[in-house]
Amino acid sequence: MDTYADLIACEDVLIFANAAITSTGQRELYSTGQEQRLSLDFLHQYIQGNYPDIYATALALDINDHNAAMIIRNLLRERGSGDGRLIAWRLARMSPPRVYRLFRELRRDGVNNRRTRAIIRDWLNARPNLAFDAVKYRSGVKAAVRHTHLSLPAELGDFLFAPRRRTRFDTPILETWRRAHYEKAALYELPYTVAEGFAARLGIGRAVFLERIAPQLTRLERLRLTERARREGVDTRADLAAMPLVRLASYVLSLPVAKRGPEHADALRASAVRAASPHAGTWGKVVAVLDDSFSSYGSPVKRRRPLAVALGCHYLLEALAGSYHGLWLSGRKDPLRARPAGPTLLGKRIIDALELRPDRLVIVSDGSDNAPPGLAAEVLRVWRRKLDPMGEVAVVHLNPVYDAERFDVLRLSPMVPTAGIRDVEDLPALVELAMFSQGRTGLAELRAYLADRAARR
Amino acid sequence: MIDLTGLETRPAQTWGAVRLVPLVRPEPIRDLRLHAKIYGDEPSLVALPDRTTYTAYIPHAFVASWTDDGTPAAAYGTQLGEPLRRMGVRTRRRMARRVDRNRLRFLPLHLALEGFLALHFGGPTLAWEEWTRQALAHGLSPRIEDAYAGAQVHGLDDALHVFEFYPGQCGLLLYVGDTLASAFVVPHPEDYLALHPTLIRDLYGELIYEYALFYPARDFAALIDAAAVASLADLRAQAEQREREWAEFHDSVMAAGLLTAPKRDEVVYRLGRFALRRFLPSFERQRENHIGEMITDEAGRLAYLKTFRLSEAQSRRGYLLDRLAEHEWSMPATAAALGTDEADLGLRLARAGFGHLLRQDVLDAYRKSARRGR
Repeated sequence: MDTYADLIACEDVLIFANAAITSTGQRELYSTGQEQRLSLDFLHQYIQGNYPDIYATALALDINDHNAAMIIRNLLRERGSGDGRLIAWRLARMSPPRVYRLFRELRRDGVNNRRTRAIIRDWLNARPNLAFDAVKYRSGVKAAVRHTHLSLPAELGDFLFAPRRRTRFDTPILETWRRAHYEKAALYELPYTVAEGFAARLGIGRAVFLERIAPQLTRLERLRLTERARREGVDTRADLAAMPLVRLASYVLSLPVAKRGPEHADALRASAVRAASPHAGTWGKVVAVLDDSFSSYGSPVKRRRPLAVALGCHYLLEALAGSYHGLWLSGRKDPLRARPAGPTLLGKRIIDALELRPDRLVIVSDGSDNAPPGLAAEVLRVWRRKLDPMGEVAVVHLNPVYDAERFDVLRLSPMVPTAGIRDVEDLPALVELAMFSQGRTGLAELRAYLADRAARR
Repeated sequence: MIDLTGLETRPAQTWGAVRLVPLVRPEPIRDLRLHAKIYGDEPSLVALPDRTTYTAYIPHAFVASWTDDGTPAAAYGTQLGEPLRRMGVRTRRRMARRVDRNRLRFLPLHLALEGFLALHFGGPTLAWEEWTRQALAHGLSPRIEDAYAGAQVHGLDDALHVFEFYPGQCGLLLYVGDTLASAFVVPHPEDYLALHPTLIRDLYGELIYEYALFYPARDFAALIDAAAVASLADLRAQAEQREREWAEFHDSVMAAGLLTAPKRDEVVYRLGRFALRRFLPSFERQRENHIGEMITDEAGRLAYLKTFRLSEAQSRRGYLLDRLAEHEWSMPATAAALGTDEADLGLRLARAGFGHLLRQDVLDAYRKSARRGR
């Protein structure tokens, strides 16, 4: 039998999981970046103070990199808290710039215990090509090495701390970097971000530069530069279908409606099929209510993020379901033409969705139901109490926006489980996690679930 | 009376103390269009036909374009003001002025506010001995009223920013602390999209500024009676019922003060089948007093509306001036009509800011008699 303390603990943990999945400390439509960071900081301190073991195992969940970095930073600050292997595993999944930023923050905080040094050392040793990192993330590598007193191979040490000591380097990438100071041809062998600086210094035209640097671009740089390069008459040959769903959706939504074509729909579909592959077609009859009201615009720093999540969910659910029907709040039929405008008519759309008698109803919305306010909650309540007391239709609400004031994602109704969402690929796992928030399963199961997720790593 | 026919009320959106009620026009008006002309931040001076001047911060003018034969009119594109290099004073001629054959430039809200300021501006009509020589010769000049800019009203900028437009939306009723602050209606949804941001630069009374600092407004949450629902169709009927109930409640209770506000109106300009008019309220105490201007068609249906909620002190001033004018500025007659004595009326005038109209010795006598009476 669960005590009240257990129930509260269970709720706290789920609140933290939702926050850590959705919030990136950036501005949202309804709160500023400052408010988001303040709220998130408090939540981290609260959970670390009260549930230190759960705080450490949260790294195993699908939380975003911003929160993972915060957790690691807080764990390393304390003596002997957290599992070193789990930290190392999470670091290996983060993007290198973010890891170097984390190392720099550790340095600024004066965290330099033996465990921290070992973790940084192991992470650096595991890098496939440290010399490449030293060129691309020069100040980051330099700060990490200086902080942990690592001894580097002689040449790399010279490159970072005394580059003028040598007239030539034996490592090819370092030698290219040296030559790029004087020779235009050499800079095209460097990573794009480094080459851009040299190109500006050597006065190379943008069109010529983009044309020749194209083979060096990374996957995401190709996508990011597509439109800019097209204006210069250069094709970056971005492989749209290989992109993660939300990133691809964001890119498609950034295009003017007239320019979104069937090739974008195909790419979205291919990406969704890849993400859904183990579960494809197993979800039965699914209906989704997708939010394209004005609030799905997000903010200038997270432009159209909530709408991109909804668009990604549309394609992923299409791949997961046996039969699928997506209902947009604006009543738009073609998902590719989605744009963030109009009120949040959640209540009526949910009735429309329930009329289709699905096995599963997924609502993707920021939960700020305003037309009229609170109607969605009432509809769901009456539906659960009166029309479907056995719970034949599994309803789940996924919310891409963290509400800084409430320390949680906004819930539609206590009758319906709510989970935060950031990467659409995690949707099946999130639906699993959301089931804990209905209060039917207790803290023991939740702990077991977290431990299991951590052990599976 | 203001006639809101053709405009439907939609559910309100709240943010802090601000409640925004959208009005939707299923059938937009196509032969009258509005656009804004943004001015700089300098003070403006408006020369009026009666050779008085009106000085105020006027951030923008509206330009109305119309057609005579009912064909769709085009709104001129909104322009950005030029960067300000110096502080100057702009002078304009008239509140409403024709700029082209079928185009009229007018200064929104200032048109109405000037109507309020010019109320009995001429001063005493008979030379009763209580009034000063200045009052008899020059009337109420200079007549001054204060207002807050929208940007100073706490939380209004965020409320307007996060507001979600309805398709076909042509108007907005803005409540602060559940008091109607301003009503804004335009002929066409595209005009509304363009003019929505001008709400932040408009004028709001002192009352609105104070109320914005109060407690947040609560959502009117829709409640459904589970006992009345047996199927999904019932549920939908209930949901629609809630929406209708809200619209009825809003139109008959929340906006009631506005709809019955205009007591006197005056046609300022005729634009084809439309007429631009401004109106003044009855200045009754203990009720909402809105001044404003509107464009109505030949049947009296609303095409454009903009109102300003007078604060208590402002409506008191309007009330006193009205009563005085009713009795030809005779102090004893007015006092008798108000059920009080002359001294009390004199002190009320002084408190309302009209003390300078009364002769100093008369005012002193009033003060003395009031002290003795106490």
